Amino acid sequence: MIKPTPSQTVGPFYGYALPFAGGGDLAHGGIVLHGRVYDGAGEPVPDALLEFWQSDPDGGLRGAPGSLRRDPVTGAIIGRHGLDFTGFGRVATDADGRWMLRTLMPGLPYISVCVFARGLGHHLYTRAYLRDEPGDRLLAALEPGRRATLMAAEEREGVYVFDVRLQGEQETVFLDFG
Amino acid sequence: MTQERISAEIADLHEAYLKEGVERHHAARDFAPYRSSALRHPHQPLVVVDDPEAAELTGPVFGVTDVTALDADLTRQHQGQPLGERITVTGRVLDRAGRPVRGQLVEVWQANASGRYLHQRDDHPAPLDPNFTGVGRCLTDDEGRYAFTTVRPGAYPWRNHRNAWRPAHIHFSLFGTAFAQRLITQMYFPGDPLFPYDPIFNSVLDERARQRMIAAYDHDLSVPEWSLGYRWDIVLDGPSATWMES
Repeated sequence: MIKPTPSQTVGPFYGYALPFAGGGDLAHGGIVLHGRVYDGAGEPVPDALLEFWQSDPDGGLRGAPGSLRRDPVTGAIIGRHGLDFTGFGRVATDADGRWMLRTLMPGLPYISVCVFARGLGHHLYTRAYLRDEPGDRLLAALEPGRRATLMAAEEREGVYVFDVRLQGEQETVFLDFG
Repeated sequence: MTQERISAEIADLHEAYLKEGVERHHAARDFAPYRSSALRHPHQPLVVVDDPEAAELTGPVFGVTDVTALDADLTRQHQGQPLGERITVTGRVLDRAGRPVRGQLVEVWQANASGRYLHQRDDHPAPLDPNFTGVGRCLTDDEGRYAFTTVRPGAYPWRNHRNAWRPAHIHFSLFGTAFAQRLITQMYFPGDPLFPYDPIFNSVLDERARQRMIAAYDHDLSVPEWSLGYRWDIVLDGPSATWMES
């Protein structure tokens, strides 16, 4: 087995390179998932980058190209064409640590979240669960207090809130895929 | 906060790593000499997910509509040529079994030759270059190869401690076939005198792992009368389940 290339922090200056217009708009007419990222002092993190990967409404995990679909004339990102479901989203937090995703309800009970930030040398994975499924292996393995950090709360119909706490009280459960 | 103090902290943490004797490949999330890490790393251990059906064992896909022809040449994105030393950077993206990662998105961003990012929050008093943005993208080919033409980025100061300078680097973002193989890292240049002073480079505790972030100058990749060539292969970490696929 070859040894991997080490991770390094995304740093503070990714903002003109990685986020793209409509990065959080996977689909309209479905659900909204939003929240904030907090540091260990409970302060919002204004320079985190979140990526999302999810199943389609039937539970399929094939994805589709075109998340960063480009205008061949200007090179500008013109966004997904809306027919295929790419399953991928990317959103930078705003000055108040807030992010938002418009997407379809996944067939699996969760949306996978990957967190990058200045000060974070190696990204972190977590999951936003949109519903509790008794058979879910991860949820079943967690004690209730920790499990609660993975549950997105339905604020009103179709609108879910999921905060990420990098450290401290109610620290989000972060995942290792071995 | 002096460089002397930061360097002493780095030395202590590297020594503790050697004593512990457990090999670690990635940047330590809790690395006090990199001051911003203090409130941004979890205290709880990561929870291992052992589920062959996990969504993270699959991942996003990209295609020809996601890149344009000029994306991989950072010296041709404006009307004029950028200032600086023109370089080509190429290599392969592999998984830990050594298999090429095909058709996946590689993204880069970097400071210009003077060490300045085209970012509102970079207030380093070095000139911006109207002919250089410093952002590139490409898809890997069937052998997992990527290639970029750019200019060599400059070193730049930051405020981690007094007289803190980052060694010249290019930021790289990579996707594998599984979301769990995701990688964001930095490519460094051989022989940089700033390596021993930099808390971010040294947040990778393992000396041999740090060497894997440094590109090699490759004279065969240099183009006569045009550019200097660097080679850097990237190996994506990830769940062992993804190594077993055919």
